[in-house]
Amino acid sequence: MSLRKEAARAEHMAGLKAAYPRAFGLSLSQKIRLTAIWAAFFTVLFFSLDYLGVGFTRIWNGLDRMGIIAGGLFPPRSGGAFPELMGALMESVAMAFLGTLMASLVAMVLCFSGARNILPARILRFSFRRSFDFLRGVDSLVWALVYVRAVGLGPLAGVLAIATSDVGTLSKLYAEAIESADKKQIDAIRAGGGNRLEVIRFGIIPQILPVMLTNALYMFESNTRSATILGIVGAGGIGFQLSDRIRAHRWDEVSFIIIMIVGAVFVIDMISRFLRAKLIHAGKRQVL
Amino acid sequence: MHSDRKNAAVIRFEEDFRKARATQRVQFVLSAMIFVTVVYVSADISQLSAERLWKAFPRMGDYIHRTLPELTLTHFFEDIAYWYYGFWRWLQLLFDTLLIAALATIFGAAGGMALCFPASRNLVKSYWIYFLCRRFAEISRTVPEVVYALIFVVAFGVGPMAGLFAIIIHSVGALAKLYSEVNENVDERPLEALKSSGANWFQVIRFGVLPQVLPHMTTYTLWRLELNIRAAAIIGFVGAGGIGQELYHAISFNYYEDISAIVLMIVMTVTLIDLVCERLRHRIIGEENLR
Repeated sequence: MSLRKEAARAEHMAGLKAAYPRAFGLSLSQKIRLTAIWAAFFTVLFFSLDYLGVGFTRIWNGLDRMGIIAGGLFPPRSGGAFPELMGALMESVAMAFLGTLMASLVAMVLCFSGARNILPARILRFSFRRSFDFLRGVDSLVWALVYVRAVGLGPLAGVLAIATSDVGTLSKLYAEAIESADKKQIDAIRAGGGNRLEVIRFGIIPQILPVMLTNALYMFESNTRSATILGIVGAGGIGFQLSDRIRAHRWDEVSFIIIMIVGAVFVIDMISRFLRAKLIHAGKRQVL
Repeated sequence: MHSDRKNAAVIRFEEDFRKARATQRVQFVLSAMIFVTVVYVSADISQLSAERLWKAFPRMGDYIHRTLPELTLTHFFEDIAYWYYGFWRWLQLLFDTLLIAALATIFGAAGGMALCFPASRNLVKSYWIYFLCRRFAEISRTVPEVVYALIFVVAFGVGPMAGLFAIIIHSVGALAKLYSEVNENVDERPLEALKSSGANWFQVIRFGVLPQVLPHMTTYTLWRLELNIRAAAIIGFVGAGGIGQELYHAISFNYYEDISAIVLMIVMTVTLIDLVCERLRHRIIGEENLR
Protein backbone atom coordinates (compact mmCIF):
# COMPACT_ATOMS: atom_id res chain seq x y z
CA MET A 1 0.00 0.00 0.00
CA SER A 2 2.55 2.54 1.14
CA LEU A 3 4.96 1.27 -1.47
CA ARG A 4 2.43 2.01 -4.17
CA LYS A 5 1.83 5.45 -2.68
CA GLU A 6 5.57 6.15 -2.76
CA ALA A 7 5.82 5.06 -6.37
CA ALA A 8 2.87 7.27 -7.29
CA ARG A 9 4.52 10.22 -5.58
CA ALA A 10 7.81 9.61 -7.36
CA GLU A 11 5.97 9.42 -10.66
CA HIS A 12 4.13 12.64 -9.84
CA MET A 13 7.40 14.40 -9.03
CA ALA A 14 8.99 13.14 -12.25
CA GLY A 15 6.03 14.52 -14.15
CA LEU A 16 6.37 17.90 -12.45
CA LYS A 17 10.08 17.93 -13.18
CA ALA A 18 9.42 17.28 -16.83
CA ALA A 19 6.73 19.97 -16.96
CA TYR A 20 8.55 22.69 -14.99
CA PRO A 21 12.30 22.03 -15.31
CA ARG A 22 13.28 25.55 -14.22
CA ALA A 23 11.63 25.20 -10.80
CA PHE A 24 14.08 22.40 -9.89
CA GLY A 25 17.37 24.23 -10.42
CA LEU A 26 19.62 24.43 -13.44
CA SER A 27 20.54 21.47 -15.60
CA LEU A 28 24.17 20.41 -15.90
CA SER A 29 24.71 22.04 -19.30
CA GLN A 30 23.18 25.29 -18.06
CA LYS A 31 25.45 25.22 -15.02
CA ILE A 32 28.50 24.71 -17.20
CA ARG A 33 27.48 27.52 -19.53
CA LEU A 34 26.88 29.88 -16.61
CA THR A 35 30.25 29.03 -15.06
CA ALA A 36 31.95 29.59 -18.40
CA ILE A 37 30.30 33.00 -18.83
CA TRP A 38 31.35 34.12 -15.36
CA ALA A 39 34.88 32.77 -15.90
CA ALA A 40 35.17 34.66 -19.18
CA PHE A 41 33.82 37.80 -17.52
CA PHE A 42 36.35 37.65 -14.71
CA THR A 43 39.20 36.90 -17.11
CA VAL A 44 38.36 39.94 -19.23
CA LEU A 45 37.97 42.02 -16.08
CA PHE A 46 41.35 40.87 -14.79
CA PHE A 47 43.17 41.61 -18.03
CA SER A 48 41.46 45.00 -18.39
CA LEU A 49 42.56 45.99 -14.90
CA ASP A 50 46.04 44.77 -15.67
CA TYR A 51 46.04 46.78 -18.91
CA LEU A 52 45.15 49.95 -17.00
CA GLY A 53 48.01 49.29 -14.59
CA VAL A 54 45.82 48.40 -11.62
CA GLY A 55 47.81 45.97 -9.49
CA PHE A 56 47.71 44.80 -5.91
CA THR A 57 51.07 46.31 -5.00
CA ARG A 58 50.06 49.69 -6.40
CA ILE A 59 46.74 49.57 -4.59
CA TRP A 60 48.47 48.53 -1.37
CA ASN A 61 51.02 51.34 -1.56
CA GLY A 62 48.31 53.78 -2.51
CA LEU A 63 46.13 52.73 0.40
CA ASP A 64 49.00 53.54 2.68
CA ARG A 65 49.11 57.11 1.39
CA MET A 66 45.31 57.19 1.26
CA GLY A 67 45.29 56.44 4.99
CA ILE A 68 47.55 59.41 5.65
CA ILE A 69 45.28 61.62 3.53
CA ALA A 70 42.11 60.36 5.25
CA GLY A 71 43.73 61.03 8.62
CA GLY A 72 44.65 64.53 7.51
CA LEU A 73 41.11 65.33 6.40
CA PHE A 74 39.93 65.52 10.02
CA PRO A 75 39.32 67.85 11.65
CA PRO A 76 38.43 70.28 8.85
CA ARG A 77 40.13 73.65 9.22
CA SER A 78 39.71 76.84 7.23
CA GLY A 79 43.38 77.79 7.61
CA GLY A 80 42.32 81.35 8.41
CA ALA A 81 41.10 81.92 4.88
CA PHE A 82 37.36 81.65 5.46
CA PRO A 83 36.41 85.05 3.94
CA GLU A 84 38.50 84.29 0.85
CA LEU A 85 36.95 80.82 0.50
CA MET A 86 33.44 82.18 1.01
CA GLY A 87 34.08 84.77 -1.69
CA ALA A 88 35.30 82.07 -4.07
CA LEU A 89 32.26 79.92 -3.30
CA MET A 90 29.95 82.87 -4.01
CA GLU A 91 31.85 83.38 -7.24
CA SER A 92 31.10 79.76 -8.21
CA VAL A 93 27.40 80.20 -7.48
CA ALA A 94 27.34 83.51 -9.37
CA MET A 95 29.06 81.84 -12.34
CA ALA A 96 26.47 79.05 -12.34
CA PHE A 97 23.62 81.56 -12.13
CA LEU A 98 24.85 83.84 -14.91
CA GLY A 99 25.85 80.92 -17.12
CA THR A 100 22.44 79.32 -16.79
CA LEU A 101 20.71 82.67 -17.37
CA MET A 102 22.69 83.38 -20.53
CA ALA A 103 22.20 79.84 -21.78
CA SER A 104 18.45 79.88 -21.23
CA LEU A 105 18.06 83.26 -22.95
CA VAL A 106 19.99 82.02 -25.99
CA ALA A 107 18.22 78.66 -25.92
CA MET A 108 14.79 80.33 -25.83
CA VAL A 109 15.60 81.76 -29.25
CA LEU A 110 17.51 78.81 -30.70
CA CYS A 111 15.15 76.07 -29.57
CA PHE A 112 12.52 76.97 -32.17
CA SER A 113 14.96 76.00 -34.91
CA GLY A 114 15.21 72.49 -33.50
CA ALA A 115 11.47 71.81 -33.23
CA ARG A 116 9.68 69.86 -35.93
CA ASN A 117 6.41 71.79 -35.72
CA ILE A 118 8.19 75.15 -36.16
CA LEU A 119 10.93 74.31 -38.64
CA PRO A 120 9.70 71.55 -40.93
CA ALA A 121 12.80 71.76 -43.17
CA ARG A 122 14.46 68.49 -42.31
CA ILE A 123 18.09 69.19 -43.21
CA LEU A 124 18.15 72.55 -41.43
CA ARG A 125 16.53 71.14 -38.32
CA PHE A 126 18.88 68.17 -38.35
CA SER A 127 21.96 70.40 -38.51
CA PHE A 128 20.65 72.58 -35.67
CA ARG A 129 19.96 69.50 -33.58
CA ARG A 130 23.44 68.11 -34.23
CA SER A 131 25.00 71.45 -33.27
CA PHE A 132 23.10 71.32 -29.97
CA ASP A 133 24.43 67.79 -29.47
CA PHE A 134 27.95 69.01 -30.13
CA LEU A 135 27.74 71.88 -27.63
CA ARG A 136 26.27 69.48 -25.09
CA GLY A 137 28.67 66.65 -25.84
CA VAL A 138 31.75 68.70 -24.97
CA ASP A 139 32.07 68.86 -21.21
CA SER A 140 31.95 72.26 -19.52
CA LEU A 141 35.46 71.63 -18.16
CA VAL A 142 36.76 71.40 -21.75
CA TRP A 143 34.91 74.57 -22.71
CA ALA A 144 36.35 76.24 -19.60
CA LEU A 145 39.90 75.38 -20.62
CA VAL A 146 39.24 76.65 -24.15
CA TYR A 147 37.75 79.91 -22.85
CA VAL A 148 40.66 80.37 -20.48
CA ARG A 149 42.98 80.25 -23.48
CA ALA A 150 40.68 82.48 -25.55
CA VAL A 151 39.52 85.17 -23.10
CA GLY A 152 41.94 84.78 -20.19
CA LEU A 153 41.85 83.45 -16.64
CA GLY A 154 38.94 84.28 -14.38
CA PRO A 155 35.23 83.82 -13.83
CA LEU A 156 34.29 85.16 -17.27
CA ALA A 157 35.71 81.99 -18.83
CA GLY A 158 33.66 79.92 -16.37
CA VAL A 159 30.42 81.77 -17.11
CA LEU A 160 30.93 81.35 -20.84
CA ALA A 161 31.86 77.68 -20.46
CA ILE A 162 28.70 76.92 -18.50
CA ALA A 163 26.61 78.96 -20.92
CA THR A 164 28.07 77.22 -23.98
CA SER A 165 27.49 73.66 -22.88
CA ASP A 166 24.05 74.55 -21.51
CA VAL A 167 22.89 76.21 -24.70
CA GLY A 168 23.09 72.74 -26.22
CA THR A 169 21.27 70.98 -23.39
CA LEU A 170 18.55 73.58 -22.89
CA SER A 171 17.91 74.09 -26.61
CA LYS A 172 17.38 70.36 -26.96
CA LEU A 173 15.06 70.17 -23.94
CA TYR A 174 13.11 73.26 -25.01
CA ALA A 175 12.78 71.99 -28.58
CA GLU A 176 11.36 68.74 -27.24
CA ALA A 177 8.94 70.72 -25.07
CA ILE A 178 7.78 72.67 -28.12
CA GLU A 179 7.30 69.47 -30.10
CA SER A 180 5.13 68.02 -27.37
CA ALA A 181 3.05 71.21 -27.02
CA ASP A 182 -0.70 70.74 -27.41
CA LYS A 183 -1.64 71.25 -31.06
CA LYS A 184 -5.16 72.44 -30.30
CA GLN A 185 -4.08 75.81 -28.96
CA ILE A 186 -1.79 76.33 -31.94
CA ASP A 187 -4.62 75.49 -34.34
CA ALA A 188 -6.94 77.86 -32.49
CA ILE A 189 -4.57 80.80 -32.91
CA ARG A 190 -4.03 79.90 -36.54
CA ALA A 191 -7.79 79.61 -37.13
CA GLY A 192 -8.25 83.03 -35.53
CA GLY A 193 -5.95 84.48 -38.18
CA GLY A 194 -2.70 84.58 -36.20
CA ASN A 195 0.52 84.73 -38.16
CA ARG A 196 3.59 82.61 -37.45
CA LEU A 197 4.93 84.90 -34.73
CA GLU A 198 1.55 85.16 -33.03
CA VAL A 199 1.18 81.38 -33.09
CA ILE A 200 4.48 81.10 -31.25
CA ARG A 201 3.72 83.92 -28.82
CA PHE A 202 0.15 82.96 -27.88
CA GLY A 203 -0.09 79.31 -28.90
CA ILE A 204 3.23 77.82 -27.81
CA ILE A 205 5.02 80.03 -25.29
CA PRO A 206 2.29 79.94 -22.60
CA GLN A 207 2.43 76.14 -22.78
CA ILE A 208 6.19 75.72 -22.57
CA LEU A 209 7.20 78.57 -20.27
CA PRO A 210 6.79 76.53 -17.04
CA VAL A 211 8.74 73.66 -18.62
CA MET A 212 11.47 76.08 -19.66
CA LEU A 213 11.73 77.58 -16.19
CA THR A 214 11.81 74.25 -14.34
CA ASN A 215 14.47 72.94 -16.72
CA ALA A 216 16.52 76.10 -16.29
CA LEU A 217 16.32 75.66 -12.52
CA TYR A 218 17.42 72.03 -12.83
CA MET A 219 20.38 73.16 -14.90
CA PHE A 220 21.20 75.82 -12.31
CA GLU A 221 21.40 73.06 -9.69
CA SER A 222 23.71 70.89 -11.74
CA ASN A 223 25.75 73.91 -12.85
CA THR A 224 26.42 74.84 -9.25
CA ARG A 225 28.15 71.48 -8.96
CA SER A 226 30.19 71.96 -12.12
CA ALA A 227 31.01 75.60 -11.31
CA THR A 228 32.78 74.42 -8.18
CA ILE A 229 35.30 72.46 -10.24
CA LEU A 230 35.88 74.81 -13.18
CA GLY A 231 38.46 76.67 -11.10
CA ILE A 232 40.76 73.65 -11.45
CA VAL A 233 41.58 74.85 -14.97
CA GLY A 234 41.61 78.52 -13.90
CA ALA A 235 38.08 79.50 -14.87
CA GLY A 236 37.14 81.13 -11.55
CA GLY A 237 35.35 79.91 -8.47
CA ILE A 238 36.33 77.76 -5.52
CA GLY A 239 37.80 74.96 -7.64
CA PHE A 240 41.05 76.87 -7.85
CA GLN A 241 41.40 76.99 -4.05
CA LEU A 242 40.46 73.31 -3.85
CA SER A 243 43.02 72.08 -6.38
CA ASP A 244 45.60 74.41 -4.87
CA ARG A 245 45.10 72.91 -1.38
CA ILE A 246 45.16 69.36 -2.75
CA ARG A 247 48.43 69.99 -4.58
CA ALA A 248 49.90 71.48 -1.41
CA HIS A 249 48.67 68.44 0.61
CA ARG A 250 46.78 70.66 3.08
CA TRP A 251 44.13 68.01 3.71
CA ASP A 252 42.33 69.69 6.61
CA GLU A 253 41.61 72.69 4.38
CA VAL A 254 40.59 70.36 1.53
CA SER A 255 37.90 68.77 3.69
CA PHE A 256 36.79 72.22 4.84
CA ILE A 257 36.33 73.34 1.23
CA ILE A 258 34.52 70.12 0.29
CA ILE A 259 32.13 70.61 3.20
CA MET A 260 31.52 74.20 2.06
CA ILE A 261 30.78 73.00 -1.48
CA VAL A 262 28.41 70.29 -0.28
CA GLY A 263 26.62 72.83 1.91
CA ALA A 264 26.27 75.32 -0.94
CA VAL A 265 24.97 72.62 -3.30
CA PHE A 266 22.46 71.60 -0.62
CA VAL A 267 21.20 75.17 -0.15
CA ILE A 268 20.91 75.78 -3.90
CA ASP A 269 19.01 72.49 -4.31
CA MET A 270 16.57 73.57 -1.59
CA ILE A 271 15.96 76.99 -3.16
CA SER A 272 15.57 75.48 -6.60
CA ARG A 273 13.17 72.80 -5.32
CA PHE A 274 11.08 75.48 -3.61
CA LEU A 275 10.92 77.60 -6.76
CA ARG A 276 10.11 74.62 -8.95
CA ALA A 277 7.28 73.55 -6.65
CA LYS A 278 5.94 77.11 -6.82
CA LEU A 279 6.17 77.19 -10.61
CA ILE A 280 4.45 73.86 -11.05
CA HIS A 281 1.76 74.98 -8.61
CA ALA A 282 1.30 78.25 -10.51
CA GLY A 283 1.05 76.35 -13.78
CA LYS A 284 -1.65 74.09 -12.35
CA ARG A 285 -3.65 77.01 -11.05
CA GLN A 286 -3.58 78.61 -14.47
CA VAL A 287 -5.02 75.50 -16.07
CA LEU A 288 -7.88 75.44 -13.58
CA MET B 1 -34.46 90.67 -9.11
CA HIS B 2 -32.75 88.14 -11.28
CA SER B 3 -30.58 90.71 -13.02
CA ASP B 4 -29.75 92.31 -9.64
CA ARG B 5 -28.34 89.04 -8.35
CA LYS B 6 -26.34 88.56 -11.49
CA ASN B 7 -25.03 92.05 -11.20
CA ALA B 8 -23.97 91.42 -7.62
CA ALA B 9 -22.17 88.26 -8.74
CA VAL B 10 -20.49 90.09 -11.57
CA ILE B 11 -19.44 92.91 -9.28
CA ARG B 12 -18.04 90.45 -6.77
CA PHE B 13 -16.20 88.61 -9.52
CA GLU B 14 -14.73 91.80 -10.89
CA GLU B 15 -13.62 92.86 -7.44
CA ASP B 16 -11.98 89.50 -6.83
CA PHE B 17 -10.42 89.60 -10.25
CA ARG B 18 -9.02 93.06 -9.61
CA LYS B 19 -7.63 91.95 -6.27
CA ALA B 20 -6.06 88.85 -7.80
CA ARG B 21 -4.54 90.93 -10.57
CA ALA B 22 -3.20 93.45 -8.07
CA THR B 23 -1.53 90.79 -5.91
CA GLN B 24 -0.19 89.13 -9.04
CA ARG B 25 1.26 92.44 -10.19
CA VAL B 26 2.87 93.08 -6.81
CA GLN B 27 4.31 89.55 -6.82
CA PHE B 28 5.62 90.05 -10.33
CA VAL B 29 7.28 93.36 -9.54
CA LEU B 30 8.78 91.95 -6.35
CA SER B 31 10.18 88.83 -8.01
CA ALA B 32 11.47 90.91 -10.92
CA MET B 33 13.26 93.17 -8.46
CA ILE B 34 14.80 90.22 -6.64
CA PHE B 35 15.82 88.70 -9.95
CA VAL B 36 17.46 91.88 -11.21
CA THR B 37 19.30 92.31 -7.90
CA VAL B 38 20.58 88.74 -8.04
CA VAL B 39 21.73 89.25 -11.63
CA TYR B 40 23.45 92.48 -10.69
CA VAL B 41 25.19 91.01 -7.63
CA SER B 42 26.27 87.91 -9.58
CA ALA B 43 27.67 90.04 -12.38
CA ASP B 44 29.50 92.11 -9.81
CA ILE B 45 30.97 89.05 -8.08
CA SER B 46 32.14 87.43 -11.29
CA GLN B 47 33.41 90.72 -12.74
CA LEU B 48 31.19 90.32 -15.74
CA SER B 49 30.27 93.40 -17.73
CA ALA B 50 28.62 93.90 -21.10
CA GLU B 51 31.85 95.39 -22.35
CA ARG B 52 33.99 92.40 -21.32
CA LEU B 53 31.40 90.02 -22.71
CA TRP B 54 31.33 91.93 -25.98
CA LYS B 55 35.09 91.72 -26.27
CA ALA B 56 35.10 87.99 -25.52
CA PHE B 57 33.03 86.93 -28.51
CA PRO B 58 35.38 87.94 -31.34
CA ARG B 59 38.27 86.34 -29.45
CA MET B 60 36.31 83.14 -29.14
CA GLY B 61 35.42 83.22 -32.82
CA ASP B 62 39.06 83.72 -33.66
CA TYR B 63 40.05 80.80 -31.42
CA ILE B 64 37.52 78.44 -32.96
CA HIS B 65 38.58 79.56 -36.42
CA ARG B 66 42.16 78.59 -35.61
CA THR B 67 41.19 75.10 -34.47
CA LEU B 68 39.50 74.35 -37.76
CA PRO B 69 41.66 72.28 -40.12
CA GLU B 70 42.49 73.40 -43.61
CA LEU B 71 40.60 71.10 -45.90
CA THR B 72 40.77 71.46 -49.65
CA LEU B 73 38.78 69.50 -52.17
CA THR B 74 41.79 68.75 -54.35
CA HIS B 75 43.83 67.18 -51.54
CA PHE B 76 40.93 66.14 -49.35
CA PHE B 77 42.26 62.80 -48.10
CA GLU B 78 45.80 64.11 -47.61
CA ASP B 79 44.36 66.97 -45.58
CA ILE B 80 42.33 64.59 -43.45
CA ALA B 81 45.40 62.42 -42.92
CA TYR B 82 47.41 65.50 -41.92
CA TRP B 83 44.67 66.65 -39.54
CA TYR B 84 44.40 63.21 -37.95
CA TYR B 85 48.13 62.47 -37.93
CA GLY B 86 47.82 61.05 -34.40
CA PHE B 87 44.72 59.01 -35.15
CA TRP B 88 45.99 55.63 -33.93
CA ARG B 89 47.41 57.01 -30.68
CA TRP B 90 44.21 58.95 -30.02
CA LEU B 91 42.17 55.86 -30.81
CA GLN B 92 44.12 53.91 -28.22
CA LEU B 93 43.63 56.67 -25.65
CA LEU B 94 39.94 56.70 -26.48
CA PHE B 95 39.89 52.94 -25.93
CA ASP B 96 41.54 53.49 -22.53
CA THR B 97 38.87 56.06 -21.73
CA LEU B 98 36.05 53.70 -22.67
CA LEU B 99 37.68 50.90 -20.68
CA ILE B 100 37.95 53.13 -17.60
CA ALA B 101 34.28 54.06 -17.97
CA ALA B 102 33.17 50.45 -18.48
CA LEU B 103 35.17 49.09 -15.54
CA ALA B 104 34.02 51.95 -13.33
CA THR B 105 30.43 51.18 -14.28
CA ILE B 106 30.86 47.47 -13.51
CA PHE B 107 32.46 48.10 -10.12
CA GLY B 108 30.10 50.98 -9.45
CA ALA B 109 27.12 48.74 -10.16
CA ALA B 110 28.53 46.00 -7.94
CA GLY B 111 29.13 48.47 -5.11
CA GLY B 112 25.77 50.10 -5.65
CA MET B 113 24.08 46.69 -5.51
CA ALA B 114 25.83 45.85 -2.26
CA LEU B 115 24.90 49.20 -0.74
CA CYS B 116 21.37 49.68 -2.07
CA PHE B 117 19.56 46.94 -0.10
CA PRO B 118 20.66 48.13 3.34
CA ALA B 119 19.91 51.66 2.12
CA SER B 120 16.24 50.87 1.42
CA ARG B 121 13.86 51.76 4.22
CA ASN B 122 11.50 48.86 3.51
CA LEU B 123 14.21 46.18 3.54
CA VAL B 124 16.10 46.86 6.78
CA LYS B 125 14.74 46.96 10.31
CA SER B 126 17.58 48.94 11.85
CA TYR B 127 17.24 52.65 11.20
CA TRP B 128 20.95 53.15 11.84
CA ILE B 129 22.09 50.81 9.09
CA TYR B 130 19.73 52.54 6.68
CA PHE B 131 20.85 55.98 7.81
CA LEU B 132 24.59 55.18 7.55
CA CYS B 133 24.28 53.58 4.11
CA ARG B 134 22.19 56.48 2.80
CA ARG B 135 24.62 59.10 4.10
CA PHE B 136 27.60 57.18 2.74
CA ALA B 137 25.99 57.08 -0.70
CA GLU B 138 25.15 60.76 -0.45
CA ILE B 139 28.68 61.80 0.44
CA SER B 140 30.27 59.72 -2.28
CA ARG B 141 28.02 61.09 -5.01
CA THR B 142 28.00 64.78 -3.98
CA VAL B 143 31.74 65.24 -4.47
CA PRO B 144 32.50 65.51 -8.21
CA GLU B 145 34.66 62.86 -9.89
CA VAL B 146 37.37 65.38 -10.70
CA VAL B 147 37.89 66.20 -7.02
CA TYR B 148 38.27 62.51 -6.17
CA ALA B 149 40.62 62.19 -9.12
CA LEU B 150 42.77 65.05 -7.83
CA ILE B 151 43.04 63.36 -4.42
CA PHE B 152 43.65 59.87 -5.85
CA VAL B 153 46.36 61.16 -8.17
CA VAL B 154 48.22 62.17 -5.04
CA ALA B 155 47.59 58.80 -3.38
CA PHE B 156 47.94 56.35 -6.28
CA GLY B 157 50.12 58.35 -8.64
CA VAL B 158 49.42 59.73 -12.11
CA GLY B 159 47.61 57.25 -14.37
CA PRO B 160 44.30 55.60 -15.18
CA MET B 161 44.06 53.89 -11.79
CA ALA B 162 43.34 57.16 -10.00
CA GLY B 163 40.66 58.04 -12.53
CA LEU B 164 39.13 54.59 -12.33
CA PHE B 165 38.83 54.75 -8.54
CA ALA B 166 37.45 58.29 -8.67
CA ILE B 167 34.68 57.35 -11.07
CA ILE B 168 33.94 54.14 -9.14
CA ILE B 169 33.36 56.02 -5.87
CA HIS B 170 31.08 58.54 -7.52
CA SER B 171 29.17 55.79 -9.38
CA VAL B 172 28.69 53.69 -6.25
CA GLY B 173 27.02 56.64 -4.51
CA ALA B 174 24.88 57.65 -7.46
CA LEU B 175 23.76 54.12 -8.30
CA ALA B 176 23.11 53.13 -4.67
CA LYS B 177 20.71 56.05 -4.40
CA LEU B 178 18.86 55.23 -7.62
CA TYR B 179 18.77 51.48 -6.92
CA SER B 180 17.46 51.95 -3.39
CA GLU B 181 14.70 54.23 -4.64
CA VAL B 182 13.65 51.41 -6.97
CA ASN B 183 13.80 48.96 -4.06
CA GLU B 184 11.54 51.14 -1.98
CA ASN B 185 8.84 51.02 -4.64
CA VAL B 186 8.89 47.24 -4.86
CA ASP B 187 5.71 45.13 -4.52
CA GLU B 188 5.73 43.82 -0.94
CA ARG B 189 3.57 40.73 -1.50
CA PRO B 190 6.28 38.43 -2.92
CA LEU B 191 8.52 39.42 0.00
CA GLU B 192 5.80 38.48 2.48
CA ALA B 193 5.29 35.17 0.71
CA LEU B 194 8.99 34.34 0.90
CA LYS B 195 9.26 35.40 4.53
CA SER B 196 6.28 33.27 5.52
CA SER B 197 7.82 30.21 3.87
CA GLY B 198 10.98 30.67 5.95
CA ALA B 199 13.37 32.51 3.65
CA ASN B 200 16.20 34.46 5.27
CA TRP B 201 17.07 38.08 4.40
CA PHE B 202 19.38 37.18 1.52
CA GLN B 203 16.85 34.82 0.01
CA VAL B 204 14.13 37.45 0.24
CA ILE B 205 16.41 39.89 -1.59
CA ARG B 206 17.50 37.33 -4.18
CA PHE B 207 14.11 35.83 -5.03
CA GLY B 208 11.72 38.61 -3.94
CA VAL B 209 13.32 41.96 -4.66
CA LEU B 210 15.89 41.29 -7.37
CA PRO B 211 13.54 39.91 -10.04
CA GLN B 212 11.34 42.98 -9.63
CA VAL B 213 14.06 45.62 -9.73
CA LEU B 214 16.57 44.18 -12.20
CA PRO B 215 15.14 45.87 -15.34
CA HIS B 216 15.17 49.29 -13.68
CA MET B 217 18.66 48.68 -12.34
CA THR B 218 19.88 47.79 -15.82
CA THR B 219 18.48 50.98 -17.35
CA TYR B 220 20.03 53.09 -14.60
CA THR B 221 23.35 51.32 -15.07
CA LEU B 222 23.34 51.99 -18.81
CA TRP B 223 22.57 55.64 -18.11
CA ARG B 224 25.46 55.71 -15.66
CA LEU B 225 27.74 54.25 -18.34
CA GLU B 226 26.96 57.23 -20.58
CA LEU B 227 27.79 59.67 -17.78
CA ASN B 228 30.94 57.75 -16.86
CA ILE B 229 32.25 57.95 -20.42
CA ARG B 230 31.91 61.73 -20.29
CA ALA B 231 33.65 61.78 -16.92
CA ALA B 232 36.43 59.45 -18.10
CA ALA B 233 37.07 61.72 -21.08
CA ILE B 234 37.87 64.72 -18.87
CA ILE B 235 39.43 63.00 -15.88
CA GLY B 236 42.77 63.17 -17.70
CA PHE B 237 42.78 66.94 -17.16
CA VAL B 238 44.13 66.30 -13.68
CA GLY B 239 46.41 63.45 -14.77
CA ALA B 240 44.10 60.53 -14.14
CA GLY B 241 44.40 58.75 -17.50
CA GLY B 242 42.40 58.56 -20.69
CA ILE B 243 42.20 60.93 -23.64
CA GLY B 244 41.64 63.98 -21.41
CA GLN B 245 45.35 64.29 -20.77
CA GLU B 246 46.07 64.53 -24.50
CA LEU B 247 43.31 67.11 -24.93
CA TYR B 248 44.64 69.09 -21.98
CA HIS B 249 48.08 69.21 -23.57
CA ALA B 250 46.68 70.18 -26.96
CA ILE B 251 44.73 73.08 -25.44
CA SER B 252 47.50 74.19 -23.08
CA PHE B 253 50.17 74.25 -25.77
CA ASN B 254 47.85 75.66 -28.46
CA TYR B 255 48.03 72.72 -30.88
CA TYR B 256 44.90 74.15 -32.44
CA GLU B 257 44.09 71.52 -35.04
CA ASP B 258 44.66 68.70 -32.58
CA ILE B 259 41.98 70.19 -30.34
CA SER B 260 39.28 69.97 -32.98
CA ALA B 261 40.42 66.50 -34.04
CA ILE B 262 40.34 65.07 -30.49
CA VAL B 263 37.12 66.83 -29.49
CA LEU B 264 35.41 65.57 -32.63
CA MET B 265 36.52 62.00 -31.85
CA ILE B 266 35.25 62.23 -28.28
CA VAL B 267 31.91 63.75 -29.25
CA MET B 268 31.31 61.19 -31.97
CA THR B 269 32.09 58.31 -29.64
CA VAL B 270 29.93 59.71 -26.86
CA THR B 271 27.03 60.29 -29.24
CA LEU B 272 27.33 56.80 -30.71
CA ILE B 273 27.32 55.14 -27.31
CA ASP B 274 24.43 57.32 -26.14
CA LEU B 275 22.42 56.14 -29.13
CA VAL B 276 23.22 52.46 -28.49
CA CYS B 277 22.39 52.81 -24.78
CA GLU B 278 19.14 54.59 -25.59
CA ARG B 279 18.11 51.73 -27.90
CA LEU B 280 18.96 49.18 -25.21
CA ARG B 281 17.10 51.11 -22.54
CA HIS B 282 14.01 51.40 -24.69
CA ARG B 283 14.16 47.69 -25.41
CA ILE B 284 14.44 46.83 -21.72
CA ILE B 285 11.65 49.20 -20.74
CA GLY B 286 9.58 47.96 -23.67
CA GLU B 287 9.88 44.36 -22.55
CA GLU B 288 9.01 45.48 -19.06
CA ASN B 289 5.79 47.06 -20.31
CA LEU B 290 4.83 44.05 -22.38
CA ARG B 291 4.90 41.75 -19.36
